[in-house]
Amino acid sequence: MSAPATPWLLEVRHLRKSFPIRRGFNRKLVGAVRAVDDVSFTIREGETLGLVGESGCGKTTTARCILRALAPTSGEILFRPAGGRVVDLAPLSRAELRPLRPQIQMIFQDPFGSLNPRMTIFENVGEPLLVNGLRDRRARLARVAALLELTGLRPEYMHRFPHAFSGGQRQRIGIARALATEPRLVVADEPVSALDVSVQAQVLNLLLELQARLHLTFLFVAHDLAVVKHVSDRVAVMYVGQIVELATTEAIFAQPRHPYTAALLRAVPVPDPHAASGDVALTGEVANPANPPSGCYFRPRCPFTTQVCRTEPPLLRELGAGRLVRCHRAEELTLAGV
Amino acid sequence: MTEPAPATPDTAEDRVSVASNWRLVWWRFRKHRLALLSALLLLALYVVVLCPDFFSTQDPEATDARLAFIPLQRLHVLDGGRPSPWVPDVVGKRNPTTLRMEWRVDESRKIPVRFFVTGYSYRLLGIVQTRTHLLGAATADGRERLYLLGTDRLGRDQWSRLVHGTRTSMTIGLTAVTFSVVLGVLLGGISGYFGGLADVVIQRLIELLQSLPTIPIWLALTAALPRDWSPPQVFFAITVILSLVGWTTLGREVRGRFLTLRDEDFVLAAELAGASQGRIIARHMVPTFLSHIIATSTLAIPAMIINETSLSFLGLGIRPPAISWGVLLQEAQNIQTVALAPWLLVPGLVVILSVLAFNLVGDGLRDAADPYSQ
Amino acid sequence: MTTPVLEVKDLRVHFFLDEGVVRAVDGVSFDVRPGQVVGIVGESGCGKSVTMKAILQIVEPPGRIVAGQILFRQDAAPAVDLARLSPKGTAMRAIRGAEIALIPQEPMAAFSPVHTVGDQITEALRLHERQWRGAGPRLSRREARGMTVDLLRSVGISMPEARVDAYSWQLSGGLRQRAMIAMALSCRPRLLIADEPTTAIDVTTQAQILNLLRDLQRRHDTAIVFITHDLGVIAQMAHHVVVMYLGRVMEQGSVADIFHAPKHPYTRALLRSIPSVHATPRTLLPTIAGSIPHPLGRPRGCPFHPRCPDAIPGVCTERVPALKPVGREQRASCFLYHRDEAAER
Repeated sequence: MSAPATPWLLEVRHLRKSFPIRRGFNRKLVGAVRAVDDVSFTIREGETLGLVGESGCGKTTTARCILRALAPTSGEILFRPAGGRVVDLAPLSRAELRPLRPQIQMIFQDPFGSLNPRMTIFENVGEPLLVNGLRDRRARLARVAALLELTGLRPEYMHRFPHAFSGGQRQRIGIARALATEPRLVVADEPVSALDVSVQAQVLNLLLELQARLHLTFLFVAHDLAVVKHVSDRVAVMYVGQIVELATTEAIFAQPRHPYTAALLRAVPVPDPHAASGDVALTGEVANPANPPSGCYFRPRCPFTTQVCRTEPPLLRELGAGRLVRCHRAEELTLAGV
Repeated sequence: MTEPAPATPDTAEDRVSVASNWRLVWWRFRKHRLALLSALLLLALYVVVLCPDFFSTQDPEATDARLAFIPLQRLHVLDGGRPSPWVPDVVGKRNPTTLRMEWRVDESRKIPVRFFVTGYSYRLLGIVQTRTHLLGAATADGRERLYLLGTDRLGRDQWSRLVHGTRTSMTIGLTAVTFSVVLGVLLGGISGYFGGLADVVIQRLIELLQSLPTIPIWLALTAALPRDWSPPQVFFAITVILSLVGWTTLGREVRGRFLTLRDEDFVLAAELAGASQGRIIARHMVPTFLSHIIATSTLAIPAMIINETSLSFLGLGIRPPAISWGVLLQEAQNIQTVALAPWLLVPGLVVILSVLAFNLVGDGLRDAADPYSQ
Repeated sequence: MTTPVLEVKDLRVHFFLDEGVVRAVDGVSFDVRPGQVVGIVGESGCGKSVTMKAILQIVEPPGRIVAGQILFRQDAAPAVDLARLSPKGTAMRAIRGAEIALIPQEPMAAFSPVHTVGDQITEALRLHERQWRGAGPRLSRREARGMTVDLLRSVGISMPEARVDAYSWQLSGGLRQRAMIAMALSCRPRLLIADEPTTAIDVTTQAQILNLLRDLQRRHDTAIVFITHDLGVIAQMAHHVVVMYLGRVMEQGSVADIFHAPKHPYTRALLRSIPSVHATPRTLLPTIAGSIPHPLGRPRGCPFHPRCPDAIPGVCTERVPALKPVGREQRASCFLYHRDEAAER
């Protein structure tokens, strides 16, 4: 693959986030949950990076660190703002982050909790505009109307309250709100998992169309592999706080190089009764991020583990063609894709 | 790709979709008949609170030993089939042995009751000097003989005193709770939103205040009030004392709400948009539980009323010549008085009614103010 | 054709709210045969959960069963109409848990947090002892515990002797769901109802649980009613599929028929609109126009017609189609196939 012509928008380097575990009356520190354990990746302008993994893998924590809803324990979050110099978001204070906030926005998972139930749609979608200086009410009305139309809703609904709308419509409102400040980077945290099947397709289509139209960049966090395949250019698979594989969508689905990725693909039940899927390829439970196994975290469940997997933690290394894998045996394994 | 149809049908449900939370609360509240009735009763009581003199028939502080223990004159609405309110006259006879006037009701002599009569002068709402009262009766010699609730041992008209007492007691209840709410929301909010050291300090303070035995504390505090303070000053002091201890429960609840709200997605969305902390608290967090706070506060008012009544009954709260329900009940403290003049217990009935009404309204509000269900 | 274990005939469950009547289930019929897995699939508002609750007679007021029959057959005994039984009566309580067991969606919510997992399973065993054990001496504590440990082992929980004394919140999501399945199977029910049992767990754990269910089902020949919105899971688990929409059955048939030869426009549109791991990335998905109507705003005629690309004006807008055969085992309620048939309003 040739060197990308488009510049990168976000580069995450060795991001770590631990949550302390405190026990006892005097809140003694007894350990830490390594929710995000050395995560590095880049997102180019205009592309969608899918971040996929099961519960507890750290994908949501990573997303929240990037948004600076959480402060990372260590690492760098390099962001290229519009017409400005690259800035590291990780150490910035609340006040320093404020001018950058309009450029990084979020789409939430829960359509029912993400809108303020006491405010009208106009007030909900107009909040980022008002807070960032657009005080003229008429200008806000016009802009909110335009945003609602953009996301497929009738602008005259803006004086209604969220309780009048279905889940899918609320999600559209959430998307309208996220786009209000014309952000460069949009972090979508499981935006369709709480929606009905028929509505999922509508919202996914909407996201694809908006991206094409507005040249948006997405970090798409999800647990559903099929959904991730539909929207992503590249996919990163996470397990217990680490990225275990990162490659283009076609490559990762056609030929995974990490045993966990292969197992995930195998486990997804496909709507075809004649296809073999939903099979058990993995035994055991997901490793505990507070006390991960020695060496490779995936070792206890991996069918291909060897001695070195127990003693040495594998590093995320490049396997050619922009593919990163965290596995000692990546070169020699041939794994089935879909 | 436009959405062709709204989630709620376009017909009558359109009102629901543009209904703000307060309107929805009102619609739900309306369905509780009992709560609605109680609310009307309370409204009526508060109208009385606004201008008690208008509803009084006599000067509440006018004493006349000869008029002691006049029994209550029952108000009759119909006179021979026609609507014409009247009360039976009272006839007094001096008891030769005790030399005290003894009064009894004489049903044969009727005193017509008129509306908007002229009586003693007062200032309406503290501004307008007037002499008009709602009810009144005039005998031929021009003396007022309307004792709707009888008189006490000093010949003071109980009805007028009750009306004035209502003002004091209901106002203390409301004011004390308002102070408590302000304190509770402020301190509870700081505790819940900021956490950390402020949270620890405030929570320990709440625990300390809640573990203090309330009655001795009140007794001590009110006994410490200087005897020469004017009734309004005593009133204010009692209110402050009552609210200083009453804010703790509300403070805890508010803290709990803030803790949960902090993690809500829409609060995070406001933060990500760049809203200041003040705006997030005032515009996003507080409105979501305001209706609940109001419901809880309404339920706290009866407790305040009873506290004040109890303190005044024991002589430690509002003191004569100021009038409150507790002060009125002081007159009914011994068996002899109650046996002779059972109408002196009517203030107790009013306390019960008002407390019940507040409880019912508070319950109704609490049920109606459920968090938005989708 | 064996006699069905469960026959639902024209079931109607309505909710009587202040704002109006919500017809959550409005004429649903299907059969479940012994050893068969029937998958009920549909989106929110389709009535699949309410149907499940009706079978178990746990519909909460203001809802109630207003019409229809739920015939449940125990061995050679004549069929019992569950819809006629009182929800709290002894007859229904004897059936619930013993003959018909439920695997709920949220195992955390279904287990009591103050009792150990073993205690709860033992309770179920002893409560329904007479039914699965028949006459004979009562179950002793030791025996019950032993049976519980065996049950836990049979659902793949490692170290069952230790786990039997664990509380539900001490177990991980997968283990909790297995324990739930153990409890459901403890009294050897004839019919198992699984209400979205894998929605709340990860995909790798889900694969394990589905495998377990398939295995157990083959071993004990239990009939399963599997309720879910996930078409992939249905394809892997079910033998027979019932597709519901707004309280009515749109289509029914064998799993092969439904997935490879769907007849109803809703089924077709639904299958096309699911994202798939086999699809080309970043292509637009065919969608179903519009959204699910508000439960109080039910369309006249066929419930799907406002969103149906093949709606016949004047027919689909006026009359409700009945469920009629469109293949050997397949049935659909659609006027495209049965012009002259219409169900009662």
